[in-house]
Parts: sequence; C-alpha cells; structure tokens
Amino acid sequence: MSVYGTDKRHHTLTVLVENKSGVLARVAGLFSRRGYNIFSLAVAPSDNERFSRITIVVDVESSPLEQIIKQLDKLIPVVSITELDPERSRERELLLATVEAAADTRGQVIQLVGVFEGKIVDVGPDRLTVMLAGAPTKLDDFEDLIRAYGIVEMQRSGRVALPMLDRSGEHLAPPRPESPVALTTEKAG
Amino acid sequence: MELTGAQALIKSLEMQQVEVMFGLPGGAILPVYDPIIDSSIRHILVRHEQGAGHMAEGYAQVTGRPGVAMVTSGPGATNIVTPLADAYMDSIPLVVVTGQVATSAIGTDAFQESDITGITMGITKHNWLITDGADIPRVVAEAFHVATTGRPGPVLIDVPKDVAIKPMEWYHPGPSDLDLPGYHPLTEGDPVLVRQAVEMLLAAERPVIYAGGGILKARGAEALRELAERTGIPVVTTLMARGCFPDSHPLCLGMPGMHGNYTAVTAMQRSDLLIALGSRFDDRVTGRIDAFAPEAKIIHVDIDPAELHKVRHADVAIAGDCRLVIDEMLVALADLGLPHSDATRGGSGGAPSDAVSGAPATAGSVAASHPRERLIPWRAQLSQWQGRFPLVYDQQPGSGALKPQFVLEALRDATPDDTIVASGVGQHQMFASQWWQFDYPYTWVNSGGLGTMGFAVPAAIGAKVGRPDKMVWAVDGDGCFQMTAQELVTASSERIPVKIAILNNAYLGMVRQWQEMFYEERYSEVYLSPDLPDYVGWAEAMGCVGIRVDSTEEVASAIDKANDIDDRPVVIDFRTDAFEKVFPMVAAGASNDDIIVDPSLTEGDGR
Ligand SMILES: Cc1ncc(C[n+]2csc(CCOP(=O)(O)OP(=O)(O)O)c2C)c(N)n1
Ligand SMILES: [Mg+2]
Repeated sequence: MSVYGTDKRHHTLTVLVENKSGVLARVAGLFSRRGYNIFSLAVAPSDNERFSRITIVVDVESSPLEQIIKQLDKLIPVVSITELDPERSRERELLLATVEAAADTRGQVIQLVGVFEGKIVDVGPDRLTVMLAGAPTKLDDFEDLIRAYGIVEMQRSGRVALPMLDRSGEHLAPPRPESPVALTTEKAG
Repeated sequence: MELTGAQALIKSLEMQQVEVMFGLPGGAILPVYDPIIDSSIRHILVRHEQGAGHMAEGYAQVTGRPGVAMVTSGPGATNIVTPLADAYMDSIPLVVVTGQVATSAIGTDAFQESDITGITMGITKHNWLITDGADIPRVVAEAFHVATTGRPGPVLIDVPKDVAIKPMEWYHPGPSDLDLPGYHPLTEGDPVLVRQAVEMLLAAERPVIYAGGGILKARGAEALRELAERTGIPVVTTLMARGCFPDSHPLCLGMPGMHGNYTAVTAMQRSDLLIALGSRFDDRVTGRIDAFAPEAKIIHVDIDPAELHKVRHADVAIAGDCRLVIDEMLVALADLGLPHSDATRGGSGGAPSDAVSGAPATAGSVAASHPRERLIPWRAQLSQWQGRFPLVYDQQPGSGALKPQFVLEALRDATPDDTIVASGVGQHQMFASQWWQFDYPYTWVNSGGLGTMGFAVPAAIGAKVGRPDKMVWAVDGDGCFQMTAQELVTASSERIPVKIAILNNAYLGMVRQWQEMFYEERYSEVYLSPDLPDYVGWAEAMGCVGIRVDSTEEVASAIDKANDIDDRPVVIDFRTDAFEKVFPMVAAGASNDDIIVDPSLTEGDGR
C-alpha cells in the first residue's frame, strides 16, 4: 500500500508568501526547527508575480495544527494561510514513472496507462516512462498497479490544491494576491 | 539627492532617532563606518561583538527603544549570534546591521563570508539581505517597525560591501513605502472574551495574576497595578517581569518558578484561576507541566497568538497587547460594578509610572488592604505561607563565610531604590532576583529565556548608556564575569561608570549545586579558583577601580566607596561562600508541589 493518499493526520495548507529570496528556507527552517513533519511540499508562482503559493501537506501527529499555522503565520513573508478541507477542495498531483515494459508486458502497461487516462512520455527498448496527473488517491492506485511490472524510477510532485467552488459560483479561494488579506488566521507580530 | 548606500544607511538610522549604536568595524562594513564620523549618532566601540549585542539589549530593556548594533561580516556577524538568540528569547527589540561580502562574491566562500541571514533565520523576528541600494531606506524603516511592534524582537540587516559603496537616489520612506503585506501586529483584545475573562476573575476564589515580561514590553505596569488593586488579586512576577509590579506592594507575591519563593510557587499550584498576562508558561515557571496548577482555569493574554494554548490550554485566550487588554478589562470591571478605587490611577497614591522615574509604590493602599470578601480566606492562606516559608539564609557574624544574600541585601539597602540591576546567569542571578526589592519597572535587566552567561557586564554598560541618570549595578558570577569582562575596557574608555559586584564563589556555582544535589556530590569541571584571575588586578588593568571584600565588615564600606565613584567603572570582588545553595528549588522535571525549601525551615517537622 502506498503511503500517499488521504490520511486523517494529513492536512493541506496553502500558504501565500511574498516572492522574495529565502522564503522557502524560512518555511522549511521553521518546520525543522520546531519539529513539525512535512509530508509533501510544492511551491509555484501564483497568478501575481509578487507572491508564490506553497502547498504543504503537514503531518499533525508531530504538533497540533493550530500551533503549526500560528507559527507559520509569524513569518513576516507569509501573507495568508488557508487550511484546505479535503472534502471541500480539489487536490491534484503529478506522477512520473519509468516502468519495466519488455515485449511480453508492454501491452499491459500501455493498457493500464490508458485506463487511468495517463500518458506515455518516453519509450525505450524495454522500458516506458509514463505520466499521470490526478487526485492523490488515484495516483496511489496507479502506483500500486504498475509496481507489479517493476518501477525503475518514480517521482511524485506533491500536492497542489484549491478550494472547491460553491454552488452559487462564489469564489471560496484564498485571498486574491492583489489584495492580500489573511483569511484563516489573524496575522500577528 | 544622491548618497552612497552607506550614507543612506546611516541617514536612515538617524531618521529612526537612533542616538547610540554599539559595534566594531571590519572589511565588509568599512564603507558604512566612514559616514559615522559625520553622524549625530554616538558609536561605542566594543572589544568583542557579543558585547555590542548585549549592550544594545541592555539599552533597549531600560529605555524601551530599540538597541542598535553594527558589526562586520563573517566572524563579526557570528560573534553577535548569541545576543540575537538572547533577544529573540526575551523579546527585546534590536536592529543589528552586519556587513557582507560583495554581492558578486556571495556564495563563493569568499574571505569572511558567512550566511548570516541563514544562520539567524531561526533567532530573529525577521532578517533582510539588501541587494539593491535603493532598498536601504525602506528596509531600515521596515526593520525598525518589525522590531518594535507586535511582540518585539531582534532583526538583522545584511549589507553587502558593494551595495554600501554604490550611489543611490535618496528618498524618505513613508508609511506607504513599507512593503510588509504579511505583517499586521495585533493591538486590542476581543471585547467578548475580555468580558468573559472579567466575569471569571470576579467569580474566582483563589485567583493569581501571573505577570510576565509582556507587561513590561507593553508598558503596562500601571494598568496591571490598577487591575490588581481593584480586584484584590495577588500578583506573581516572573524573572522577566521583576519590577512590573512593586515588590513592596502587599499584593505582590514575588517570583514564581524553579527558584521562586514558596508562596508564589504554591499560590499558583493551588490557584483556581491563573490570569497569565504577557507570560508564556515557561518550563522554569511551570515545573512538570502536567502537574502544574491542576485546579486552575486559565485566562491567557498575549500579543503573540502562537503563545496561546502552546503549553497549557487556556479557558479564555485573548490575543492582544497586554496594556490595552488590561485597560479593556478595567472598563469591563466598571461595567460589572467594580469601579476605580481611590488608591489607584488618578488617585493620590502615586503608582509607579512606566517612566522609570515615576513615584515609588505606596505600600498598603486602601484597595489592597481591603480584599474583596470572597478573597479573604485566600489572602489569609497566602499570608500564612509567607510567614511559614520566608526566604532565609544564615550569615554567621565575624569570620564566617560571606553569604551572597548578605551582600545583596547590603547592596540593595545602600543604593537608590530605582537602581538598575543587571545580572549574569547562575546562582547569583537567582539570589539577585530573590533578594533585591524591585519597586520600579525597567530596573531589572537579565537574560531569562536563553540564560546567557556573560550577559551582565555588557548589558549593564548598555543600560547605563540608555539611563546615564541612574545608578547601574551588575551582579555577576565569577564564571560569567570571565566571559565578557573585556567590555569594561569599553566602559572605561567611553567613561561609562557602571559598577560590578562579582559574587565570587570560585565555582560555576549553579552547576555545582546541581552536581551536589542530583549527581551525588560528584563535582565535574565546576571549580574555578577564587584568585585566578586576580580580579582586582584585572579590573585595574582595564581602567576600573578594583576592590576586594572578604568579610561582612568590609561589605558596607566597599559599597559606599563604589557608590561614590562616578568617573569610571568599579569592580568589587566579593569572596562569597562556595557552598551556599539557592533555595527554594523545584528540581528540573519535578512538580511544583515538590518544592524544596531551605532545610532550616523544615527542621523538626519531617518535611
Ligand atoms: C554561555 C553559557 N554557558 C554555560 C551555561 C551553563 N551555566 C548556567 S549557570 C552556570 C554557572 C555560572 O557560574 P558563575 O557565573 O560563577 O555563577 P554562580 O552560579 O556561581 O553564581 C553555567 C556554567 C550558560 N548558562 N551559559
Ligand atoms: Mg560562581
């Protein structure tokens, strides 16, 4: 069984940070110095060049989520933190894997990729590199199945997530970077 | 107007009303030292950068203004790491400027390069590496803003040499130039929670106000006093809060914690309501946390929301500035029918103002001596404990070994009431906190959270620079003194007349005490020697007056002599009893219920 997927101890935080050098080090340093466990972490530019969005899946076994959020919030370049309820958010992840696929199994691997709506991105004499984007649980299933053929190398990107849109079409997303306001936590000094 | 980056930096500091900074130059910071010659800012040249940092801390603690220090890259920067960590733990506003190698050399292991922003990330409130001279005015303004607002703390600005040399276009940074979209320090507390807190406070039968350093940071001593007097609730003042509520006040129970007095510790243990104001349930206060104040409900007020529920769950947790929240509580109290008492603010009593020069405490004020009905049994219990378990020591007359407590009492009684006391870390620190009478805020300067040996001498110097009008004594250990004594050269050459009382017990006494009590008297690497170094000779070599005191009879005259000297530092080498231990004591990891009092108090009762 894969360790990925939805675990009750795992909470997803999307953290909007100022796009300044050293920000990632500050966030990562905070986690290591206070003994908080990061399960996965993904950083990317947001839709405003002044800010980046860090999606962190934290393991709350190590520390209460409230402490983690409050300590994170004290970092000056952290603009806002939103905790995403897995039930109310869209989570996606990317998986890349090179799989053994000699002549006898090649057809089965290709078929599996097809069933999961993945892609074959590279082809070698007896191996394939495959790609799959989707919900983390779907990636878990896929990973379990291709393992039987022999995974040579695999990388998963870590999760990114955004809140679901509600029925009325209202935007539940974290604050617009143009007018940053902390949604979930009051910023404090 | 075109300025060099260096000129812009100094001008920015001037605009922040910096009157003094502490530092020592070197290669990377050289360009910034040049405009200092023409600046209104007084620069105090230290002998070691650690000294600069602690001086800035001492200055900040007594003035309430941010302390400023400037050092070079590499070793200069790493030498100031300890003071940054110290200031971070004790929430002291510092602005430290470090030189850095040129931007083109960063990351190449250049001469005297160290990644000081990386090193200090976890021990500063924030830090900046400036890569463009145009950022200087803005970053300096941001740095002072961050250091002094919200929960105060140290910040660091790293300035590469080329940035300091290159010209830039000067501008006055206005509030709108500050680029801190993620920083919104809190101020007032939530009125609903305040109301809830006040209701709890009136209903409690065994309440204790647990006042911490945040009261001083918030300049809330007067507000605290009014709260205590109006409600009749007794107050403990933590090591970081000594002086925020007058020791002479009848409601003051003194210091709680590992070496706190019996009544302060036990009052918290037996309390049904702890009102934690700017305190953070440090392990040195709580003892074993799961045995701490088991029956107490908790009201916790702190400007840093991350402190709330961190160690102990609070029944009412209020994020906000302590002074403002107390003021809100006072309003809520009036609403609930407990108006001003005439002995409080605005009355004739004269509360100690937050300016250090305020009037002294008036002991036995009306409200304080007439507790609310409900609190009478509790107050009686507290008095009984106070009578049963006072702080004690046994000074034999004549040739008996000189007790550190005796020295401190003599010093306390021979100095003005508003004397500033700085201390090192160890037994002498605990004795000083226990035996001094702190009746004014901002008169106690010490290293609480980090426990930095060597803090006292430079902190006292910084305090004296900040408050030249006040007498400043450092109470130091022989071990501590040897860590930063070189700064007395700074003090002599800058004519900063601090006074140092070394409680020379020839040991790393606090460690010795633990080895005696918990390691079967196996003394490992704690003996120092009373005579090596020759403290009097050393003091004199550094331009100070040196005095040695061996017996009780010499104590008073030596102190009088020191008090009369006002043109240079004085060092008194008090040869104190090596075997004296600090009591009471709660052993590390033990419950506060298992407080060990001085053995003389329990003789015969089998305790
Ligand atoms: C820099 C530093 N190193 C070590 C310690 C551990 N420590 C705490 S108290 C103490 C002994 C201090 O000796 P001294 O200054 O003589 O004071 P005393 O306890 O004898 O009064 C030591 C070594 C410390 N707090 N700080
Ligand atoms: Mg000693």
